Amino acid sequence: MSTLAKKKYKSSSSRLGIGDILLYIFLIGLAVICFLPFYFMIINATHNNQAIAQGLNFLPGKYAWANYMKMKERVNIWRGFVNSLIVSGVGTALLAYFGTLTAYGFSKYKFVGNKTLFWVILCSMMIPPQLGVIGFYDVVQKLNLLNNLLALIIPMIASAQFVYFVKLYLDSTLPDSIIESARIDGASEFGIFNKMVLPIASPSIATMGMFNFINSWNQLLIPQIVLRKERLHTVPILVANAKGVYRTDFSAAYMAIALSVVPILIAFALFSKRIIGGVTAGSVKG
Amino acid sequence: MGRLYSLFKRLTRNDKYALYGYLFILPFFIVMSIFIIYPIFKTFYLSFTDWQGATIPPVWVGLKNYKRLFQDVLEGGIFLQSIKNTWILWICNVIPQFVGALALAVLLTDRSNKIKGKEFFRAIYYLPNLVTMASIAALFSFLLGYPNGAVNDLLIALKLRKEPFYFLQNVWATRLSVSTILTWMWFGYTMIIFMAGIKSIPEELFEAAKVDGANKWQTFKFVTLPQLKSIMTYQVVTSIIGGLSMYDIPQVLTNGTGAPQNKVTTMVMHIYRQGFTNYNLGYASAVAIGLFVHIFIVVLIALKFINRKEA
Repeated sequence: MSTLAKKKYKSSSSRLGIGDILLYIFLIGLAVICFLPFYFMIINATHNNQAIAQGLNFLPGKYAWANYMKMKERVNIWRGFVNSLIVSGVGTALLAYFGTLTAYGFSKYKFVGNKTLFWVILCSMMIPPQLGVIGFYDVVQKLNLLNNLLALIIPMIASAQFVYFVKLYLDSTLPDSIIESARIDGASEFGIFNKMVLPIASPSIATMGMFNFINSWNQLLIPQIVLRKERLHTVPILVANAKGVYRTDFSAAYMAIALSVVPILIAFALFSKRIIGGVTAGSVKG
Repeated sequence: MGRLYSLFKRLTRNDKYALYGYLFILPFFIVMSIFIIYPIFKTFYLSFTDWQGATIPPVWVGLKNYKRLFQDVLEGGIFLQSIKNTWILWICNVIPQFVGALALAVLLTDRSNKIKGKEFFRAIYYLPNLVTMASIAALFSFLLGYPNGAVNDLLIALKLRKEPFYFLQNVWATRLSVSTILTWMWFGYTMIIFMAGIKSIPEELFEAAKVDGANKWQTFKFVTLPQLKSIMTYQVVTSIIGGLSMYDIPQVLTNGTGAPQNKVTTMVMHIYRQGFTNYNLGYASAVAIGLFVHIFIVVLIALKFINRKEA
């Protein structure tokens, strides 16, 4: 070892004290705990029932396709994906438009009751949606929307958090003077919204839209109440029923669960920075 | 119509813009009224009826459902049990979750340690929060299986146990499993919020503490903690609301039974079972109103407690 390298080695080792090493071990251990259940899920989805019954598997097996075929016989998970995508996708798109429209209305128009109504929105954030489930069921039934995905899509428009966050964003990024000059140029109010406000608000729409999409995707209770027919079931309902459906066919059940989780893991691997940035942005103001 | 038009013409420019303001917020408020506000009042109304669902119209029965509710509480029925269960599950999760999240947030924002990859740790700790709760609960119902779920296999392989343990048939093992899963799911999220809070504390405060010769613990106690108060309040309140309306994890983990012996049945699980399994929608509404009042009182007490400490 050259003297220079020695020096370097020495200085870096003195920087990394015993406390830091223990801290690393702790942090890595915690990271392992966070991922381990998903690891066993993926591994077990590739083994047959016999291998799962015999003990712990650490390496992938060869039965992924066989498990998938077994799983498919009893649960149509792709149908579930389509249903979930329709609900979360269409709902988020509607929210992006109407939620931003609401935020813009609150941000730039001075009308009587502006503050009071915004306060109502803030208060509604504090009500857990589970409280009104019976009344919600009643409304859905009266509107003839039982066993209809619209019963989950339309209510997504009323996201108080979305409106709150996008309004704060518009308050700080959209100057009144731009709107004024667009009006002088003869632009209509809706034209200004569609051509100027939507693009300007898009970073905040993306952040909040993403969270509302995830939130809707993960819902269980409300879809269980509204969607009583199996062909309409979303992914969480199908997975929640897995234990009853597969009983002791563990390998098929692991495959069903893994299929519901792996897309989320991939999405997180791709967008983790954005997602965590969004959590932080929402929190500091909240 | 013509009159309305002439009225419209007389409006000033600002008044017209105000009308657009109302128009823009209208769709949101229509949806909110139909799907959020009306259902709450309707639930309140239905709690005074014997509604059995579907086509039979509800019949007014006065306070009958509430009498049943109070009787249940006095006799130690399932409603009382579900209140106890929900509290146990929430407390066993929220204490380790908040303490752990706070400690990690302080560690990962502390510039004096040379930890690399802080962003990686932050991301992976947050990961469980993103995954569908139903999937996580279903996964753990198999991982905690008996006799050869992965957890039992792991405990035996590590020589921590000789025999497999039937987690989901033991009351406290099931409860602690639910709480541990919730802690595992939420500590990363809470940590991120606390980290954001710590980063927004003005640097001068830490400098001043340093000049005054404060050690790390004193800095934490007299600078970090008081500065985090508003974020902490927000976290406590949202955690109470979310925790007391807990449903997904215990529901799916116990396959909807709340087993063993309804010791894991939460308040919302009770509402779901009464309403949509037994179709006692009137009584289920009364339970929901009971839960609403319960959460409201607890939040008020929590806010009062936190604000008193400040004075």
